[in-house]
Amino acid sequence: MVLDILAGFVYSIIVYNIPLLYGTVGEILNEKAGSLNLGVEGTMAVGAIFGYLLGCRTDSLFLGILTAAAAGALCGLLFAFFTVTLQANQNVTGLTVTTLGLGVYYFVAHAVHSRSNWPMMQDCPSIVKGFSEIHIPLLSDIPYIGKAFFSHNLFIYLGIFLAVLVWWYMKHTTAGLRMRAVGENPGAADSCGVNIPRSKYLHITAGCAIMGVGGYYMALHINGEYLASSGWINGYGWIAVALVIFANWNPARAILGTFVFGIFKALEVYAGSIAFAFPALFGWLKAVPPKVFTALPFLITALVLVLSSARRSKKSNQPAAIGVNYYREDR
Amino acid sequence: MKKVLSLFLAVLMLTGVLALVSCGSGGAVDLTVGAVYIGSQTEPAGYTYAHANGIKKAIEALKKEGYNVKLLVRDNVPEEDAAVTEAIDALAGQGCELIFGISFGYLNAFSSAAEKPEYKDIVFSHATGYLSNETNFNNYFGRIYQARYLSGIAAGLKAKANGVKGQDNKYHIGYVSAYGTEYAETCSGINAFTLGVQAILGDEALVHVKTINTWGDPQKEKQAAEALINTYGCVVIGQHCDSAQPQIAAQNAGVFGCGYNSDMTESAKDAHLVAPIWNWDVYYKLAMKTVITDRTAFMEDVGNYYGGLKEGFVDISPVSKNCTSDTQDKVDAVRELIISGEWDVFSNVKLSFDADGKVVRTESALVTNEGKTVISADNSSYYVLNDAGEPVAVEGGASAVDSIIKGSMNYFVAGIEVEND
Repeated sequence: MVLDILAGFVYSIIVYNIPLLYGTVGEILNEKAGSLNLGVEGTMAVGAIFGYLLGCRTDSLFLGILTAAAAGALCGLLFAFFTVTLQANQNVTGLTVTTLGLGVYYFVAHAVHSRSNWPMMQDCPSIVKGFSEIHIPLLSDIPYIGKAFFSHNLFIYLGIFLAVLVWWYMKHTTAGLRMRAVGENPGAADSCGVNIPRSKYLHITAGCAIMGVGGYYMALHINGEYLASSGWINGYGWIAVALVIFANWNPARAILGTFVFGIFKALEVYAGSIAFAFPALFGWLKAVPPKVFTALPFLITALVLVLSSARRSKKSNQPAAIGVNYYREDR
Repeated sequence: MKKVLSLFLAVLMLTGVLALVSCGSGGAVDLTVGAVYIGSQTEPAGYTYAHANGIKKAIEALKKEGYNVKLLVRDNVPEEDAAVTEAIDALAGQGCELIFGISFGYLNAFSSAAEKPEYKDIVFSHATGYLSNETNFNNYFGRIYQARYLSGIAAGLKAKANGVKGQDNKYHIGYVSAYGTEYAETCSGINAFTLGVQAILGDEALVHVKTINTWGDPQKEKQAAEALINTYGCVVIGQHCDSAQPQIAAQNAGVFGCGYNSDMTESAKDAHLVAPIWNWDVYYKLAMKTVITDRTAFMEDVGNYYGGLKEGFVDISPVSKNCTSDTQDKVDAVRELIISGEWDVFSNVKLSFDADGKVVRTESALVTNEGKTVISADNSSYYVLNDAGEPVAVEGGASAVDSIIKGSMNYFVAGIEVEND
């Protein structure tokens, strides 16, 4: 009984917070190429709405994912065009992408919804099937642990796979090394023959495509129910920006970071249940106001930021040229 | 220069005449109504939609009766006094004789506008608030708790038929609520739902409440419902929040639920029982018609409006196929009692059903889940709890009950378990 609750808690942490991993991995690709993209929230929203609508219209999960990635990539292209080609301020452009993305999300969702031909996910059998849990043979049979870790939908496995893939790409490939050089010192990279604009365009676009898929997951997870009062992304994009710092710009560590942030986020709802399951150990959780759990990930991020800058730690992976546009003639 | 000026004036007059002509072609307007919305007037669903749709329906109904009502809207108005006052000024300037404000936070701006001498001929009507005056300012809300009681009956019947009990030999029922005792609205809703459940299950029922601290957040609503099912083994999920996610979570887990605001059967075909719903048009029609016929009688004829099942202002959605076969009859029996005024939810009389399905009334005290008596069994005394949680006697007995339900109810009745409060 108690273990059931615990397994449910862990399961819940994973399925509700995996979009953070998509957002974070996408943002790491952006930032490691020297671009601070604050458009995560908007990019995820655009990916979500187009992925959901097109996926449901065609009843194809694959097309939905593809559309979400393409829509996210378009947001990335927009950001890249402004910051790389036109040399616009990255912070302002990123915020603009968020505002624009949320605007597009509400505009499109609203238009479709008020014409009352909103597609219902439950009417799309192949999407429902594609989104259903995949039980990993043998591992999912382990009591409790199987339910918590090895009985998830496609997106959970895909997210972790992508995180590992991006980590490997950054760490072990030449292209990844070049991309990190662009983020650290674009001038030096340029003098070694790295095409800076191309590298930036490529990684921003790819990163934003990943964010778009994360947004699509959020839509599917709530069956695509549209509320005019609150959007689908609901601040996850902003948490992802913070999570990048917490993960120290390491996609593999982002998996752990997502889980840690996820614990706090899940506790907003689950604190009472945990207190009920472990009255002696965690009974005190009942007394903690839920807003504390909402704030904790950000407090921890602030703490990590302060600590790493106070120690001027060599271990910090923050790209040196982050947020700075590169203009060849300025060198 | 003079020529230019005279030409300009001529054009201005011409357009003025044209404007008058075009106005006239729409037929005489019997009433100009203004509405201040918190959201966008074109929203396809949600709180603003519910009100906008209610006003639209009321205007259509009045049109059939031969009244021509013109509506002016200011939407996306935040709950800030300056913004609300500006919206009111604009609507008043355009000739509105009746102005609705739909959000709780418009309270002060509406109250002070009603006191302005230049607006003394305008009627101000504010939803969900508690302020009013004697001449031109009222508030309106509904006895949604009555509908929640009925949904509680449906939930209790389903839990009983389902037969799944916890280790403590009780039926566990969950409730996802935006807030707890901070708002009398949520608090009275949870209590009424629970009393409805107890009409079927008596003290064999335990209602677990999870509060999510927001009126609407699909993710949290779903997660809270899942946690209730997973933690306590809840077999029915009630809700006081915006989305259909608790019902979807119930369906995914193979249990059942009662939605809110709209018939959520479409979102959870195999799980949804009934949902308490609002019919805002009932009030809007009444208010508009009263202002058309006799504006001065508004505070006498309409006053502070608190409509319920009787007025058709609140109701439950049609009983779905997931309900037990006796749900309709039992709900109807209690509905009759409430509509006739013989009985109401927060009283010293508890309802139950005998073997033939007949309603049985038993006198018993209304007790909080901390064991404090709120209404005594002989109906002689009413209490509210003060800040220290001590019962304080209320003057006026039954007549005070409405104000308690609307404004000061801050306790949960016996049979409710809240996680954090």
